[in-house]
Amino acid sequence: MPDLALLWPPVRLTLELAAVTTLVLLVVATPIAWWLARAQARWKEGVAAVVALPLVLPPTVLGFYLLILLGPDGPGGWLARAFGSTSLAFTFEGLVIGSVVYSLPFVVQPVRNAFEAVGNAPLEAAASLRASPWDRFWSVAVPLARPGFLTGAILSFAHTVGEFGVVLMIGGSIPGETRVLSIAIYEQVETLAYTEAHILSAGLLAFAFAVLLAVFALNRRFAFRVTGA
Amino acid sequence: MTSPRSLLALVACLVLAAPAQAGEARVAVAANFTDAAREIGALFTKTTGHDIRLSFGATGQLYTQIALVAPFDAFLAADRAGPEKAVTEGLAVAGSRFTYATGRIVLFSRDAGLVKGPETLTSVNIARIAIANPVTAPYGKAAIEAMTALGVFDTLRGKIVQGTNIAQTYQFVHTGNAPLGFVALSQVVRYEGGSRWPVPEDLHAPIAQDAVLLKGGRDNPAARAFLDFIKGLQARAIKEQYGYGPGDR
Repeated sequence: MPDLALLWPPVRLTLELAAVTTLVLLVVATPIAWWLARAQARWKEGVAAVVALPLVLPPTVLGFYLLILLGPDGPGGWLARAFGSTSLAFTFEGLVIGSVVYSLPFVVQPVRNAFEAVGNAPLEAAASLRASPWDRFWSVAVPLARPGFLTGAILSFAHTVGEFGVVLMIGGSIPGETRVLSIAIYEQVETLAYTEAHILSAGLLAFAFAVLLAVFALNRRFAFRVTGA
Repeated sequence: MTSPRSLLALVACLVLAAPAQAGEARVAVAANFTDAAREIGALFTKTTGHDIRLSFGATGQLYTQIALVAPFDAFLAADRAGPEKAVTEGLAVAGSRFTYATGRIVLFSRDAGLVKGPETLTSVNIARIAIANPVTAPYGKAAIEAMTALGVFDTLRGKIVQGTNIAQTYQFVHTGNAPLGFVALSQVVRYEGGSRWPVPEDLHAPIAQDAVLLKGGRDNPAARAFLDFIKGLQARAIKEQYGYGPGDR
């Protein structure tokens, strides 16, 4: 019987990484999604395409660029020097940056859709009641777009849990710091520790199913509400 | 002149003119041997007319692929264990295993003047040191053995970052994300810059890299010829250029 205590650190690290990434993404993605939903600029679809790039690019490309950007030759190294280091690769913070880039489209897209679905009418009504733009955003747009935020948060959390290629390239597999679940499973399979790999893989499978089920159920509920209105 | 029929005749001539015995072999090659294998493969094709297709990866990965019946004819591993296991598991031809090269590790940094010798490991304040995964990659295991022999492993333990194979380890060092690391001599032997200390071979168990003929290549003359070729003098010169010992004669 494998030592279950040894299986816990990568699970905990992965949950931490996914939680931090999701929080950062909600902050980063919301203004982007709002701008994409409301702006009239002709080049906004260009920005939308840049945001969506991680959907299409292989993780090896992202990981390779991130390795350079996080290193001493890139902005990451510049940032790291402020903390007395030379590189952000192989750190938890580096993984968060990588995961935010990797999962950005998974939050921007649903939130943008939700903002677009809100439409002009409620915002104009609020404006006629002298609500400030700030107030309209927080009291009208965000509550109405809540299903989009929820979907985005669930997807980014799940996508980060399932992340592999990017972490493999910038992580360095440090126990408790960068050896996340997918990397632990990869190394277990490589070293023929199939029992441990089975336990973690089956857990991940069940988790992924539960997440997708939640997203679909959520979408259905939201759709009902819209059509029932 | 260029009627379809004459074109067809031309194609037929070309096909028939190819050497009658020219064959093709697919070889799975450990990542550290990439450059040497390419050069040896090209020379082999030029000499014999046989075509060689090389696939590169970590030895453990390649082994898993071979166990899942990947269509390889021969296996050039980074260790002894892989080919040995392939024989016992019935995946490879018994008696075909031999050491085709011995590897060397080198402590390497892209910063000139950083690595001066073994004292670098204790005198410099090292943020990170990159090695290959010691469980799956023999070069990583040798790095651990060398650090242990030098008595610095316990102080460096917390600073180790692992590449899944020696190629990724080199990537970490080359991009400067790890200021220094233990890489394969073959990876830096043709690179002038940086600073390095070739680790003496008595600090770790020899990194014997074994080759084996796989079941799928048993009746493939091209695969057998390639394994013979890699033992030969021409291949040996190339191996030496890349910083490998010659292996079995």
